Amino acid sequence: MADGLLRLGLHDLHVALGGRMVPFAGYEMPVQYPAGVMKEHLHCRAAAGLFDVSHMGQVILRPRSGPSGDMAALVTGFEALMPVDVAGLARGRQRYGLFTNATGGILDDLMFANRGDHLFVVVNAACKAADIAHMQAHLSAVAEVIPVTDRALLALQGPLAERALARLVPQVTAMRFMDVGVFGDVWVSRSGYTGEDGFEISLPQAQAEGFARQLLAMAEVLPIGLGARDSLRLEAGLCLYGHDIDTTTSPVEAGLGWAIQKSRREGPRAGGFPGAERILGELRDGPARLRVGLRPAGRAPMRDGTALYDGDAQVGVICSGGFGPSVDGPIAMAYVPRALAAPGTALTGEVRGKRLPVSVAPLPFHPTSYKR
Amino acid sequence: MKFTKEHEWLRVEGDLLVVGITEHAAEALGDVVFIELPELETQVAAGDEVCVIESVKAASDILAPVDGEIVAVNDRLAENPGLVNEDPLGYWFFKMKVEDLGVIDQFMDEDEYKELIG
Repeated sequence: MADGLLRLGLHDLHVALGGRMVPFAGYEMPVQYPAGVMKEHLHCRAAAGLFDVSHMGQVILRPRSGPSGDMAALVTGFEALMPVDVAGLARGRQRYGLFTNATGGILDDLMFANRGDHLFVVVNAACKAADIAHMQAHLSAVAEVIPVTDRALLALQGPLAERALARLVPQVTAMRFMDVGVFGDVWVSRSGYTGEDGFEISLPQAQAEGFARQLLAMAEVLPIGLGARDSLRLEAGLCLYGHDIDTTTSPVEAGLGWAIQKSRREGPRAGGFPGAERILGELRDGPARLRVGLRPAGRAPMRDGTALYDGDAQVGVICSGGFGPSVDGPIAMAYVPRALAAPGTALTGEVRGKRLPVSVAPLPFHPTSYKR
Repeated sequence: MKFTKEHEWLRVEGDLLVVGITEHAAEALGDVVFIELPELETQVAAGDEVCVIESVKAASDILAPVDGEIVAVNDRLAENPGLVNEDPLGYWFFKMKVEDLGVIDQFMDEDEYKELIG
């Protein structure tokens, strides 16, 4: 395959399963298996799908010993990088976070978990080197930043994920959405990126193939590639870093204000994160533009890069777009001026030189089914 | 039946050239969700983009294999694009009137095409 691409620990398994391997974020990744994107997507919504997300970055933040080396100092340091309440996260719980920059843009989105005496962080593959450098630059006085490179990360998603995973890790039945647990060598969170109930499972590379094969042997479970991962997350209205959020989009514009807890908006721990002026200002006054869902009126998908018009004026560009198998129609997301962000607003999108009708739609396109 | 290096199949039906896509193309595209067919009575030149095929993953085109006029399009495909994945050789996209059906001889036969796709 192409030069310089990294291989996943489970590469041979993907090939044996008939995965079509493509370059993604510096890795050779399965974009689909023989079932195809449509069947994989629908299977995940109906039963359970297994994803290899080992390309993502797993990082442990461990407080340094010594006078300033405690969890409290790490928590304070981590809160200085994100507009997110870290201190209020209970042990055994996970939360969505965002690294912001000085102008209020997003450096990456991530998940972080309180595991008692340390934090466990999962970041995007394409950003992981920069994220690790960022954490080392800002946290090294209070924490060791330890990239976890000897573990695979699997996601098992869908309404039957609990039933399937419980055969191997019975404790998962007691978990609810965003709980994390350490069961021997296996680290589990009840979360994912499909809008379905499900789990992410970190385990030693040496055990990963056996574990994956046991899951795949179950009637409920099919392997799912990147193609369906993308259509599932788009239907769930979830952002893909580099498409829907980046260093120019603020969390408020992105509709991620829910990730900024009250404690970072007002009171003694308000602000104090990069870009606070813009982000708190947008929370107060409303942002100039907003990420919205879009439903093209016809059957033609409107993809990433499609220009959007209100009358003759271009008002935005689609950041993610494609076909939603569960919605059974084209779906997209874009940033539009706030005045045009209300569901039902009629716009047009230019597809192959033709302006086709599209309307603003509520997100998510497909209801989520997290086990809260 | 003849084949183009753009993975179209061609066959002659009376005085018309009939065009579809190969199994190899359908498999590479993945699940087809939208097909835009050309307007009837359009004059096209070889290499013109005449159809759009959108799969779940991406958009791609069908090119006119030769110069000619589009005289029929398969509306069943526009209504039910997934048929292409079920039976690519069974569903034609469009029919062309061409000056000389002998132009088809320049394209690959089945053995040559199989060699191309390995």
